[in-house]
Amino acid sequence: MQTISILLENKPGALLRVTGVLSARGYNIESLTVAKTLDPQLSRMTIVVDVEERIRTQVVKQINKLINVLQATDLTDSPAVIREMVLVRVRCHQESRTTVLKEAEIFHSRVVDSSTEGFAIEATGDPEKLDEFIEVMRSYGEIDVARSGAIAMSLESKKLRLQPPVAAPATTPAFTEPRL
Amino acid sequence: MNESGKLMNGAEVLLECLAREGVDCFFGYPGGVTLPFYDALFDSHIRHVLVRHEENACFAAEGYARSTGKVGVCCATSGPGATNLVTGLVDAMMDSIPIIAITGQVTSKLIGSDAFQEADTFGITRPATKHNFMVKNVQELPQIVHEAFYIASSGRPGPVLIDIPKDVFQARGHYTPVDTIHLPGYKVFTEGHAGQIRRAAQLIWEAERPFVYAGGGTVLGKASEELTELVELVDLPAVCTLMALGSLSSSHPNFISMPGMHGSYAANMGMTECDLLIALGTRFDDRVTGQLQAFARHARVIHVDIDPAEVGKNRVPDIPIVGDVKRVLQKLNKVLTELEPEFKPKQAASRAQWWSRIRDWQTEHPYDRSRAEDEIKPQHLMDEIDRLSGGQAIVTADVGQHQMWAAQLVRFNEPHLWINSGGLGAMGFGLPAALGAQMARPDKLVFAICGDGGFQMSIPELATIASHALPIKIIVMNNGYLGMVRQWQTLFYNNRLSAVELDCFPDAEKLAGAYGFKGRTIDKPWQLAQALEEAVKEPGPYLLNVKVTRDENVYPMVPAGGAIHEMVLGPPQPVVVA
Repeated sequence: MQTISILLENKPGALLRVTGVLSARGYNIESLTVAKTLDPQLSRMTIVVDVEERIRTQVVKQINKLINVLQATDLTDSPAVIREMVLVRVRCHQESRTTVLKEAEIFHSRVVDSSTEGFAIEATGDPEKLDEFIEVMRSYGEIDVARSGAIAMSLESKKLRLQPPVAAPATTPAFTEPRL
Repeated sequence: MNESGKLMNGAEVLLECLAREGVDCFFGYPGGVTLPFYDALFDSHIRHVLVRHEENACFAAEGYARSTGKVGVCCATSGPGATNLVTGLVDAMMDSIPIIAITGQVTSKLIGSDAFQEADTFGITRPATKHNFMVKNVQELPQIVHEAFYIASSGRPGPVLIDIPKDVFQARGHYTPVDTIHLPGYKVFTEGHAGQIRRAAQLIWEAERPFVYAGGGTVLGKASEELTELVELVDLPAVCTLMALGSLSSSHPNFISMPGMHGSYAANMGMTECDLLIALGTRFDDRVTGQLQAFARHARVIHVDIDPAEVGKNRVPDIPIVGDVKRVLQKLNKVLTELEPEFKPKQAASRAQWWSRIRDWQTEHPYDRSRAEDEIKPQHLMDEIDRLSGGQAIVTADVGQHQMWAAQLVRFNEPHLWINSGGLGAMGFGLPAALGAQMARPDKLVFAICGDGGFQMSIPELATIASHALPIKIIVMNNGYLGMVRQWQTLFYNNRLSAVELDCFPDAEKLAGAYGFKGRTIDKPWQLAQALEEAVKEPGPYLLNVKVTRDENVYPMVPAGGAIHEMVLGPPQPVVVA
């Protein structure tokens, strides 16, 4: 799996333009998260895909070309922190409750709901770690899982290159006569 | 932002924007939701050409854009009007043609309610355009329209669609002058890396067998002059792709015709045998490269393109230069001139040898220009059109055999003369494109060369041509087949001719007569020259239906997936049984 981080304008249709670059080439999106940045006019999107390198390079270039995209970066081979959150509801027998809590602790997760049927647990970590967490929980009983998809933060300071405003072409007024 | 000017409605604001962008004429078809716009248009000095189908509005706008280098504008109503534009938009997208498409949309509060003639135009056209907009209120209209023109015409050009709900056309507002365009994510690289340009110049002088591969970017980037200077400065052989014909004059001695699937033998051999390929504003399209592994297999590659996504897409270049081809060539030519005294004498011998090989290829296998005694060969037709044009006329084409023969045999001494649907290969393009071109350049002789298939796709536009009395010379190369598909069925499907015979074609004289202009059908070679001259002399439109040899194939031909040096040069020789 590879991770692409995208800074884009927070505008209707912008998300579709990005995902369209992948779907037009027949690629599936493994996970996608998007939310506003400090600047509410911009969003940060993290996409996880499984696309071979040569085509991924092309895809990232095509995403960068989109008018609404300020920057798209392939984080696959660069230093980055990648985290995901998962909510697991596990139904367990009375006798395994303590062990489930122990396991939850090992994964530094948090119990967010407890009932006679079992627990709802929230965990964050890198996606592989969460896979393991889910496997462990599954061994105690029936589970329901909701994953957030990965979010990523590059650890390289890559300069954001933005297009400065350009002067609009000089135009001449069309109508001098009052028209209404 | 300062508000200025009088109170107008959205439709008038839009017209003000169009006028300020220098739009003098556009192509469209009205409908329910564009009523307020057409009402405002009634008072405008901007000419509107009422086409007979929205697809042709976009093709005509392309003809306008391709023949002038300016932005072409088309307009359609919501729903079917907008969906009919899509083929034209994709065509403009594939060939990077600057187009503004304006579509009406149902009233804002009805959007999403499956209202009459509602379609998700914004969604449908997203992958068909360079960018698209949906206007939410009249205040943002000027900014959006001027941004749209800027996006369409800058960088790698392309179509931009603006979807405008009916209530925005009706809403009261002002035209607010737009001083700056701020699109922080729209990066346009124009200058080219100085170090790379220097390295490229050095490689060009050092190469023993350099070869220029000029693409459509040299036309779009208006770099014809710089290309010619480059070619002459270093005495380089050069090919122009289907999209670039005329960028280096077809009459220039260094012009080695078109490369690719139906390119010339010399062009394809030159591409294969060169040791340096200078690719300018081009995208290494599969119809040019054939099998990629074998393409320019001995060559180092310099690739200049304004679109960073094209560099390395199909062929990884040794020297990538992202920039505007005109700017880059200006700088490159300067460095080449500087280096000339040092390098020029060194490769003189090998260069002379390279040129003599190219000249040999040209003489060994020129294009087939054979004629027949009692049939009109398609090549004969193109030769005659070439004679009348003298490299000066605008020629539009549909898609197929006639397009390839025209590209091979008709000369273009300037860019913006050869107009065809290259990337998308949209049949029916020729006639509406000619309409757009003739509107844009009324002084020019315009030939619309159509196949009998493509012509029948756009017959409705005969009415538009007639009503504007446009003196277009419509030449139908009629072989009674969808010729190119028939050619492939003949060569690769055991001559099982499936659904390719066009056994009914209207009587050209009666058809043209029905629209009020002249038409004629000919089928004998001795009629050809005189009939074409008569067509050209006619002050109005003219429909000339030319019945040609039915089963002629276009050669040379690179079979799909083959290497371009493995061309089929002619029909298979009959097996002689001893």
